[in-house]
Amino acid sequence: MSKILIRGARLLGGEPMDVLIDGERIAEVGTGLTAEGADVVEGEGRILLPGLVDLHTHLREPGREDSETVLTGTRAAAVGGYTAVHAMANTFPVADTAGVVEQVWRLGKESGYCDVQPVGAVTVGLEGRKLAELGAMADSAARVRVFSDDGKCVDDAVIMRRALEYVKAFGGVVAQHAQEPRLTEGAQMNEGIVSGELGLTGWPAVAEESIIARDVLLAAHVGSRVHICHLSTAGSVEIVRWAKSKGWDVTAEVTPHHLLLTDELVRTYNPVYKVNPPLRTEADVMALREALADGTIDCVATDHAPHPTEDKDCEWPAAAMGMVGLETALSVVQHTMVDTGLLDWSGVADRMSARPAAIGRLAGHGRPIAAGEPANLVLLDPAYRGAVNPADFASRSRNTPYEGRELPGRVIATFLRGRATVMDGKLT
Amino acid sequence: MKRHLISAADLTRDDALLVLDTAEEMARVADRPIKKLPTLRGRTVVNLFFEDSTRTRISFEAAAKRLSADVINFSAKGSSVSKGESLKDTALTLEAMGADAVVIRHHSSGAPHRLATSGWINASVVNAGDGTHEHPTQALLDALTMRRHLSGVGRDLEGRRITIVGDVLHSRVARSNVLLLTTLGAEVTLVAPPTLLPIGVEQWPCKVSYDLDAVLAKSDAVMMLRVQRERMNAAFFPTEREYARRYGLDGLRMAALPEHAIVMHPGPMNRGMEITAEVADSPRCTAVEQVANGVSTRMAVLYLLLGGSEPAITGTRTDSADADGRPAAEAPEAARTEESK
Repeated sequence: MSKILIRGARLLGGEPMDVLIDGERIAEVGTGLTAEGADVVEGEGRILLPGLVDLHTHLREPGREDSETVLTGTRAAAVGGYTAVHAMANTFPVADTAGVVEQVWRLGKESGYCDVQPVGAVTVGLEGRKLAELGAMADSAARVRVFSDDGKCVDDAVIMRRALEYVKAFGGVVAQHAQEPRLTEGAQMNEGIVSGELGLTGWPAVAEESIIARDVLLAAHVGSRVHICHLSTAGSVEIVRWAKSKGWDVTAEVTPHHLLLTDELVRTYNPVYKVNPPLRTEADVMALREALADGTIDCVATDHAPHPTEDKDCEWPAAAMGMVGLETALSVVQHTMVDTGLLDWSGVADRMSARPAAIGRLAGHGRPIAAGEPANLVLLDPAYRGAVNPADFASRSRNTPYEGRELPGRVIATFLRGRATVMDGKLT
Repeated sequence: MKRHLISAADLTRDDALLVLDTAEEMARVADRPIKKLPTLRGRTVVNLFFEDSTRTRISFEAAAKRLSADVINFSAKGSSVSKGESLKDTALTLEAMGADAVVIRHHSSGAPHRLATSGWINASVVNAGDGTHEHPTQALLDALTMRRHLSGVGRDLEGRRITIVGDVLHSRVARSNVLLLTTLGAEVTLVAPPTLLPIGVEQWPCKVSYDLDAVLAKSDAVMMLRVQRERMNAAFFPTEREYARRYGLDGLRMAALPEHAIVMHPGPMNRGMEITAEVADSPRCTAVEQVANGVSTRMAVLYLLLGGSEPAITGTRTDSADADGRPAAEAPEAARTEESK
């Protein structure tokens, strides 16, 4: 593998530095570096971050290859600056056995665009009744550490308790999709002023908060760690803040869309805004941004949820929930967190790379940009401004809520262990 | 007026009064020996009903026919819809068949809005009830009824106190009425058990009470909403009897109303639940009159959306392609498409 010299990029948004990549690793970081025969990538005016890590990606394969495959999903991830994604378990069949997680893991290896770390289901078939063989998945070639029934809540308190206890044996974590099922039967959108006016069944904040409250208490009780998926309300932030103040091992993620969009958009009845958990209010958005800035929320996770056109080109209640997010996440974070002064670029590196890698116990990702480290990097142009055009997506699906919206920033290059997966903004 | 009628909020005070005044004119047609106007001859009105509602459908059908429109009834049951056809494909089919107006009743809140704004069809869309969202023509016919009894033809409802009682949470009638009656100057009070009021109702332009008896004496009209008995299975209230005791309108409560006050019901009534037979059959109950007003109101809506500003007889769809099959530049269509963007 040849050498690559990234010249004059601002490391984590700091001073311009040169970074020399040799093979799979960073060989040298400094100023005025030269390297005979190295490909030079101009970094002036650009930001260099460690490759992004997503804790929450739906790659849809096996089973829904009409919306995404491991290949198309990892291509989308690379375009978005990601070098590792956690593939959620709600596939068909469900990733609740060593066989399925190994299949997804192998497909990721073959894709070559981004490391794919499968998430294992907590319960068989995501049905919430019987523990899946968590140990077998942990011991498999996929080395599963994150377990989640995402899409469904592990609502049975005993099953949740046992899962939290059981994964301690192999350093696992249960990532909870916090949604009290009875309080959200038929729920279509955030329960509040807008749902009342629109006549759409509400998804109340308390349905999320009550589960989070229960689960942080359970995690503390059994001395395990719990991760909260796509935290979406101001009340949830308060509970996580309280749990952390107790020293409990609780982590949480927020999606880019919950940092930007509100339930006012549902007034269009356009299902492109239909997502679970639902878009909340302006007050929630502000609380989430603040919590991400102060570290109460550990990381940004995309909840990239591709759906085919026909599942969105319909009336609201008939539509599928979810939005694609891999290719717009960094721009949304820049827009909501960096350009607002809430977070600097090293903070972005922490929330989108280091912390998610740590939560997922993922080796080789989320590392500092330093000599000897794996060359998992993303180079971005923060000055870029452009409207989102879904036709340009590498993802197989187009269900973005940002179509036509001008967002800042653009990924120029992504490096996965020294190999450019994206160069000049294009897949290699 | 806008090109579609999706929400009562689409109507300004002047729009609403125009519909009501037009409806009064239309009502006179019903008194003629031949109950028909040539106004919408050659125009096609599709009744697209995804939900069973014989009453509303025949009301729209009668309205369209009295205006000489061609009426196509498309009901979801036994149609391609029950075989899984999407709303979009149904819409494209209706567009290809040359629908000028689509009257849609749908179990999903927002379906008429989607139909009107997704670029699937050019026809005017009339919301005939969507999920638990809105039912604007019901609100218009209710306003017409109230106006006749409480303020007089040609007037708005300034200062009239209207009490709406029952399952507001699931009621499209309540939502549309709150919006329209407020636009017309009325003071609306919603009465329901707290379980049957939506979160956020305090932001609505109306008052809210849990106590029916407290507001009766201050009501010029009381509108009783249909309450589905099944709601008690989801713990919205304990039993039918308890609901009837606390929120039903019986003779005693009716006697507490001011003398001029009317009792309204959008139908179908649950006698013995939200309203007793004594009240339902009393001369103060306008339920049957509301049905009659429904036809004139819907005639007015269809007339104003489809024909109001155009001559009664316009070119037919077959004129829009010339002998070579090329589409001709049809000015009115082009104008309507642009307007919708």
